[in-house]
Amino acid sequence: MSKPMTMTQKILAEHAGLPYVEAGQLIEASLDLVLGNDITSPVAIREMDKMKQKDVFDKDKIALVMDHFIPNKDIKSAENCKCVREFACTHDITNYFDVGQMGIEHALLPEKGLTVAGDAIIGADSHTCTYGALGAFSTGVGSTDMAAGMATGKAWFKVPAAIKFNITGKPGKWISGKDVILHIIGMIGVDGALYKSMEFTGDGIKHLSMDDRFTIANMAIEAGGKNGIFPVDELTEAYLKEHSNRTYKIFKADDDAVYDEEYTIDLSTLKPTVSFPHLPENTKTVDEIKEEIKIDQSVIGSCTNGRLDDLRIAADVLKGRKVAKHVRCIVIPATQEIYLKAMDEGLLKIFIEAGAIVSTPTCGPCLGGYMGILAAGERCVSTTNRNFVGRMGHVDSEIYLASPAVAAESAVNGYISAPK
Amino acid sequence: MNAKGTAYKYGDNVDTDVIIPARYLAIQDKDELAQHCMEDIDKDFVNKIKKGDIMVAGRNFGCGSSREHAPLVIKVSGVSCVIAETFARIFYRNAINIGLPIIECREASQRIDDKDEVEIDFDSGMIYNRTKNEEYKGQPFPEFMQGIIKAEGLVNYINEKA
Repeated sequence: MSKPMTMTQKILAEHAGLPYVEAGQLIEASLDLVLGNDITSPVAIREMDKMKQKDVFDKDKIALVMDHFIPNKDIKSAENCKCVREFACTHDITNYFDVGQMGIEHALLPEKGLTVAGDAIIGADSHTCTYGALGAFSTGVGSTDMAAGMATGKAWFKVPAAIKFNITGKPGKWISGKDVILHIIGMIGVDGALYKSMEFTGDGIKHLSMDDRFTIANMAIEAGGKNGIFPVDELTEAYLKEHSNRTYKIFKADDDAVYDEEYTIDLSTLKPTVSFPHLPENTKTVDEIKEEIKIDQSVIGSCTNGRLDDLRIAADVLKGRKVAKHVRCIVIPATQEIYLKAMDEGLLKIFIEAGAIVSTPTCGPCLGGYMGILAAGERCVSTTNRNFVGRMGHVDSEIYLASPAVAAESAVNGYISAPK
Repeated sequence: MNAKGTAYKYGDNVDTDVIIPARYLAIQDKDELAQHCMEDIDKDFVNKIKKGDIMVAGRNFGCGSSREHAPLVIKVSGVSCVIAETFARIFYRNAINIGLPIIECREASQRIDDKDEVEIDFDSGMIYNRTKNEEYKGQPFPEFMQGIIKAEGLVNYINEKA
């Protein structure tokens, strides 16, 4: 009888050409996709220049997405994009996305059908773990790993142990994937899943939309996780068929797979949740907040929460209402496709009439790049993923992480609040 | 291979946004980039670090973004080794891949104080606190990673195998 494996271990075993792998084992795995952006790719390209292997392993299996500081915010960011653009041209990279086609990488690649169930993916961006929502093994690496991946099509991994999250129940109206993952990070801490897989399972998953699942997998890194992964169900398969022509492969964790820890999360008990400065683990539910926390800015967007479901929720809250005086509300659809659909559905009109602004896709403010930098003493409620010191601007500014519903309601009230 | 220098102490969850803030990430010159190393939590860092000095931190050092700029600016600043109780996983990979020595050791992380004189023997994983006259056993690298470190990074390692 074969030894049991987790879902992640099965995908890694397949990609390492091994019948079985176990936690702690060092393996070399073949890759289905290697990703980089305008910040990390120039560093990787310079590393590749030092290699004897000058060609990319497969021009169809590399994705270069210009999204962080684009449209270019200054001369240096323009030079970085130029460097990547020239590399993409030289190597005839199929999946190069520039202004006009680009979107925030982790929203864009699933939408373009480049990431499917059963894949092994690395990306020089920590939120590469997002594609676990589709049942893929997917993890963030640095630029040197990206360079080696582009040259060889392979990466080394230490096979991770796993934590199992059993999701049960049905969430309330204003509860979304963001509340689920903030709740989990609050529970296990920012290093609670260090080096490990976060494997989600259970009956409650059927109540989570694909966009909810992307949000949850996206923030696995914020608990220190190597990856976050969801089982493939009917909803996943419908998404894959709609977006991709690629053949996918469904892996299932063995019933007797070994987990270091197990947690149960009953979605029906979750409440709108906010992470206080300066760590994602500093969570409180909105109803636990006794004081009035006034805000200066509200950001709705990013690889975590810039998808269509997120914009629909925000529009639902903002419809016919006005953003509070002295609050700047910035809405950023994550891709051109999402932007277009939001336009067709009338969401953009709702945002603009409410007094919010709508931006072209960019990572911009999430990492303090541009498009919403904070001054000393300012507070922002944000649907992004990190609230570290200085992340969105001045070291004396504050970021409160929350769902699109909370970010939109807070924008209207001028203080942190959740829709009733 | 040894490291020897003055230790500078930091807390838990030192993230890559404070190691090198994103507002500087468009800078590609590594010496210019290193001028901003740790500035959001330790403005004095670039002035006080001498070649060979050692950073000591608590849990989850290097959490956050995948930016390789983070271990790079620490290395370029002259730091010879980072000791922490644990490292965030992408930072751990990146440090090895660019040849910044790092070592996990809970006891050293807890016992070493700011400005202690510290020496590290990478072959044995031993850490010596010369100020307190103590020694701690660090977690040595697996053989495979030692290969990458000996080659001074992943690119050289791949070139050697090619």
